[in-house]
Amino acid sequence: MSAKSEFHYKLRRFANRFFTYFYLILLSVIIIYPLLITASSAFKAGNLTAFSLDVSADWTLNNFKRLFTETLFGEWYVNTLILALFCMVVQVSVVTLAGYTYSRYRFVGRKQSLKFFVIVQMVPTTAALTAFFVMALLLNALDSMWFLAFLYIGGGIPMNTWLMKGYFDTIPIDLDESAKLDGAGHFRIFWQIVLPLVKPMIAVQALWAFMGPFGEYMLAKFLLRRPENYTVALGLQTFISNPFEQKVALFAAGAILIAVPICILFFMLQKYFITGLTGGGTKG
Amino acid sequence: MEEYREKKIEPKRAALLSVIPGCGQFYNRQPLKGVIFLLIFFLFIWEMLSFGIGALHGLVTLGSTPGEDHSLFLLIEGSLQILVIIFFLGFYLINIYDAYKVANLWKIGARVNTSVKAILKNLYEHGFPYLLTVPAYFAMIFAIVFPVLVTLLIAFTNYDFYHIPPANLIDWVGFKNFANIFTLGTYRETFVAVLSWTVIWTLCATTLQITIGIFTAIVLHQKFIKAKRVFGVIFLLPWAVPAFITIMSFSNMFNDSIGAINTQVIPLLNQLPFIEIGALPWKTDPFWTKIAIILVQGWLGFPYIYVLVTGILQSIPDELYEAAKIDGASAFQRFRHITFPSILTMAAPIFITQYTGNFNNFSMIYLFNEGGPGSIGANAGSTDILISWIYKLTTGTSPQYSVAAAVTLIISIIVIGISLFIFKKTKAFEMGD
Repeated sequence: MSAKSEFHYKLRRFANRFFTYFYLILLSVIIIYPLLITASSAFKAGNLTAFSLDVSADWTLNNFKRLFTETLFGEWYVNTLILALFCMVVQVSVVTLAGYTYSRYRFVGRKQSLKFFVIVQMVPTTAALTAFFVMALLLNALDSMWFLAFLYIGGGIPMNTWLMKGYFDTIPIDLDESAKLDGAGHFRIFWQIVLPLVKPMIAVQALWAFMGPFGEYMLAKFLLRRPENYTVALGLQTFISNPFEQKVALFAAGAILIAVPICILFFMLQKYFITGLTGGGTKG
Repeated sequence: MEEYREKKIEPKRAALLSVIPGCGQFYNRQPLKGVIFLLIFFLFIWEMLSFGIGALHGLVTLGSTPGEDHSLFLLIEGSLQILVIIFFLGFYLINIYDAYKVANLWKIGARVNTSVKAILKNLYEHGFPYLLTVPAYFAMIFAIVFPVLVTLLIAFTNYDFYHIPPANLIDWVGFKNFANIFTLGTYRETFVAVLSWTVIWTLCATTLQITIGIFTAIVLHQKFIKAKRVFGVIFLLPWAVPAFITIMSFSNMFNDSIGAINTQVIPLLNQLPFIEIGALPWKTDPFWTKIAIILVQGWLGFPYIYVLVTGILQSIPDELYEAAKIDGASAFQRFRHITFPSILTMAAPIFITQYTGNFNNFSMIYLFNEGGPGSIGANAGSTDILISWIYKLTTGTSPQYSVAAAVTLIISIIVIGISLFIFKKTKAFEMGD
């Protein structure tokens, strides 16, 4: 290699590294700035109308105190937690059973019902608002969390059953067969042989089902009427929708109390996401 | 069993006898099955006589005396009855098929379970998969199929704020709502405007998030990078933090007069050489609102793609790149012929779900600026997409339930049509194995 081309090579390598780090750092700043500005506003004294990054301001925990004394935030949090836990337990159980069945059993109507899952999954169910409204009227379920939970669970089943089935498919069926030869029944094969192996996917499914009610806004806003029945998403929105109310700092405080635990769960389970995504979603 | 074999059992006759459910099963010497099937049949007849006929009649008329007949409840009861009938028809076909199949087993001299115990055991063995999927079906039918059926029906009625039961009756109006959407001046203009923005929004926002996601994954995949884990964690944050929190925060930050973008970020950018921007009307000018919404969605949506593509990149063997390098392929050629095709084939189905997801991304539109600024008629704001328009049509001060239902149907047909087409093409979600 001549001296000149070596110089070129080094220059190009330097340029590549420079732009790579420049891009990564720029993107990091763009991501962190909005989060930091929200988070830091939670510790600001005084009545804020807008988030701003200002290190010199007085720091206080007063906003958190106000959140639990002046607003219904505590109730919203409990509502959302109950809703999220309920959805998580029911949805994960249903989806695991269904995913296992589609992966392991060959039965009449299997292919057709799998197709049915795929098509149903595409229906934008949230758009069927009018129907939900009428159903809620008939069941006297307006303002009821159970109806909302039911809609969340039902809506999440098709897609997640697909993902679950895909994950079960990656576990060799020889395991079941040899257990069957040893005399294990349906339930034992499922419970003691296969289930322990899909724990990672169950964890991911549980997290998604749990996060759903924390983030969903439209159906909750539509069905829940009284403020004390709100979920956190609805409640926090009331703080920020009117800039003249100056509750932005309270919004920020509430946001921290929601985002931090969820982020921790998220990063704990993060390593399973890739398997969950590529293993289930693309293999089918 | 020997004595039965002499009397010939004809599959066709068994199927014909099962026109009354259970009879074919008696003929096949499976009395328990016959009794159960006959019972289901009687149960259905009893249900039809006591409830079904009335419900169907109510569905047709939707009530006749205002204040007494509640059209909505009649509609729902009628829809339930339709589901019951569909289930019964399914059972009826199975019953005939079963009679035919079991008779065929007799004919060829195979073993047939006639004892109660054997049938129950058989039911457990073969019924187990159905048993496990029943909860999933139950939830899907009542949370998805039934609402879709009711929406379908409401789209053909005149249910709106002039016709609120029980004070008023609702009537069938045929295709009038659909005709209105496509021909009536105000609705048509709004529908066309909202639909075209929905399409632009879906394409721009999704393509942006996919592009950033792929690009970031590729950049971060380079071997020399230090502190990869740190960047990895940072890039996941937009996904980890619940979206409604970030959207609302951004909504506050993009405020025209007091928001951080206009008061902090733009002044900071102006410090750079050659850059001079004034405060931008993010929330009051539709154009800038649209730009802001698309940018924020790019921010929110890229981590998912980034994680997915990183997984794919890790699965491409290094030898492939080495070989290409030896053959003299440039970095761009390696990307074009190795990296890009692998990503596309493995992630295509997920990319599609991203597009359909944004097509129905209510939170982003509504929580950022409530579909505003301004109004373009028929309850819609200038950045409303179809789903948020439906929401406004349903919840506004003068709800237009039936029009909303009609728009819902149109959306569903578009979304399902396009996804089915693409799923077929990419052969994603193969049914094989």
